[in-house]
Amino acid sequence: MAAFDFIPNLGNRILAMVPRLGTASRFLVLGLAAIFSRHFSFRQLLRQVYGLGVLSLALMIVAAFFTGMVLGFQGYYALVRFGATSALGTLVALSLLRELGPVLTALLFAGRAGSALTAEIGSMKATEQLSAMDMMAVNPLAWVVAPRLWAGIIAVPILCVIFDLVGVWGGYLIAVPVLGVDGGTFWAQMQSNVTFTGDIMNGLFKALCFGLLVTWIAAWQGYAAQPTAEGVGSATTRSVVTASLAVLGLDFILTALLFK
Amino acid sequence: MERRAVDWWVGLFVLLGIGALVVLATRVGNLSGFAFSNGYTLSADFNNVGGLKVRSPVKLGGVTVGEVTRIRVDPKTFMALVTMRIDPQLRLPVDTGASIYTEGLLGEQFIALQPGGMPQDLKPGGTITMTQSAVNLDQLIGQMIFSKASGGK
Amino acid sequence: MAAEALVETQDLYFSRGRRAVLTGVDLRIPRGAIVSVMGASGGGKTTLLNLIAGSLTPSRGRVMVAGQEPTRLNKNALYQLRSRMGMLFQHSALFTDLSVFENVAFPLRRHFSLPDGILRKLVLMKLEAVGLRGAAGFLPAELSGGMARRVALARAVVMDPMLILYDEPFTGLDPISIGIIATLIKRLNDALGATSVIVSHDVHETFSIADYGYILAGGRIIAEGTPQALHDSPSELARQFLSGNPDGPVPFHYPAPCAYDRALEMDTVAGEER
Repeated sequence: MAAFDFIPNLGNRILAMVPRLGTASRFLVLGLAAIFSRHFSFRQLLRQVYGLGVLSLALMIVAAFFTGMVLGFQGYYALVRFGATSALGTLVALSLLRELGPVLTALLFAGRAGSALTAEIGSMKATEQLSAMDMMAVNPLAWVVAPRLWAGIIAVPILCVIFDLVGVWGGYLIAVPVLGVDGGTFWAQMQSNVTFTGDIMNGLFKALCFGLLVTWIAAWQGYAAQPTAEGVGSATTRSVVTASLAVLGLDFILTALLFK
Repeated sequence: MERRAVDWWVGLFVLLGIGALVVLATRVGNLSGFAFSNGYTLSADFNNVGGLKVRSPVKLGGVTVGEVTRIRVDPKTFMALVTMRIDPQLRLPVDTGASIYTEGLLGEQFIALQPGGMPQDLKPGGTITMTQSAVNLDQLIGQMIFSKASGGK
Repeated sequence: MAAEALVETQDLYFSRGRRAVLTGVDLRIPRGAIVSVMGASGGGKTTLLNLIAGSLTPSRGRVMVAGQEPTRLNKNALYQLRSRMGMLFQHSALFTDLSVFENVAFPLRRHFSLPDGILRKLVLMKLEAVGLRGAAGFLPAELSGGMARRVALARAVVMDPMLILYDEPFTGLDPISIGIIATLIKRLNDALGATSVIVSHDVHETFSIADYGYILAGGRIIAEGTPQALHDSPSELARQFLSGNPDGPVPFHYPAPCAYDRALEMDTVAGEER
């Protein structure tokens, strides 16, 4: 019986997603546009950049360092068979700049900052703080949502640049002092194959899109959460899962479009 | 007090991001994409461009002086028509030659320019007539085996 | 009841999904009065407040507040109207990341740019009125339930509203706090010349301060009048509610499909997990 129900159920679920996506999109547009509202506060924006960005920095640096070192090792063992270890710098830099930097930054951001954001907005809703704000004639979209959305858009690219740099440095530390690749070749090969617009800026553009996507999903899940302790908990889980999958999906689309 | 700490940290965070971007741009990437953006274009016909790609470097005496901007087939001559952008400060004689070389055995391919001795310069949009195509490794190995085999008899 | 009505609802209907919450409610809340709306939990009392505040749109009928219809207003006009309303939420709804002082100052800071001295004076005045000037530096997490409710009350009246809405102001408080809140509601209403609407199921406390009361059951008003008149109401349902009898028009037993002894013999009961 379950097997027969599967297809119609799937169809119903997909159909049910359409209006929800519409509401979420409306939320995004209104939330971003609320930057022009008179209740938008630059100070709140700074606070959120601090909360979402600065507080994620240590995590990003540690993760980037290890990622770079692993790339150094794996790249070396793959290239040494072809006697092409001179391309190690290129390999490390391109993997980080084009893919690993933006994607890992976004995934870690979803886990660290996105979940906190969902829980915060969700519990504000559950304890009627959002309704209270609305009753005090202060638009919660402008006061609560807009600073968080914009902070995500600002913070993720910055975190990504730092991730890229620390990662390359980690790769260098393994390649040159540990594995004995020539330092001059490492940098020279990297420089001749990495372009500013094609690789660095496209990577950052990805990070910008991911930042928007992750904060959007996180804020929306909190805003639409069932106003109970249980509801906020499940919204937080959903926020991380949805945001991570969405990042990987969007990464595929962006890669296909940007890097020809 | 706390307000100041937030401002301070956010400022530092943004500066760190900008600093990291500058280091990435100069140390990890090359800004060559920008350096030749105001350069002049030259074109050259090759029988075979091998693995040459758009953005492959154009070198003179080992120094990068430009990049490939476009590769297409000339429908009349059936030759590969390569368009490149050259450093505007560099004036090349009309009898300059262009060859496609490979950097090392597995490296990327690039165009090497050999300047001639004529007093006239190539004008922007001009064509390099003396060209040497990419070396076809398969052909080369085939030839070597063939000559070895015939020589051994 | 001769005074002009500040809030008026006419033939108000509201349904959530397929469930009808309100089915034809007529209220008239005169300016300057304290009016209570009572009813069982889940009877649509909070919904009624949200309709008055314009957070919900009625499915039929209309709500008039100070001559305006909240749901017909655009966002700016609605906010204009709301800045003259205060609301005390059931769970106080204090901003957890702000101190008591900043919580009370929040509406003022958002709507006016007052000099620091004047702002401080206004906020401390309201905190003094609720007896919590000494707690200005505390965070909401450091307050007892009763204190939090009083801070929320100070915040609700900091803009000197013409209309104050109370959502279950006595729920979950100890008797002393209930007494304090009841006194404050009365005192603030008179001092500010405001109008108050109390939604509650605490009969005794509400009647001690209300000028007029409505009893809401099954989505409609079943009785209305002064507290004294309501106690002598002809409606059996109203009397059951006011005296808290376990059985009456609202039956003790939720409707079940079959008799108790037959249910015992059945293999499974709805809701039972096997």
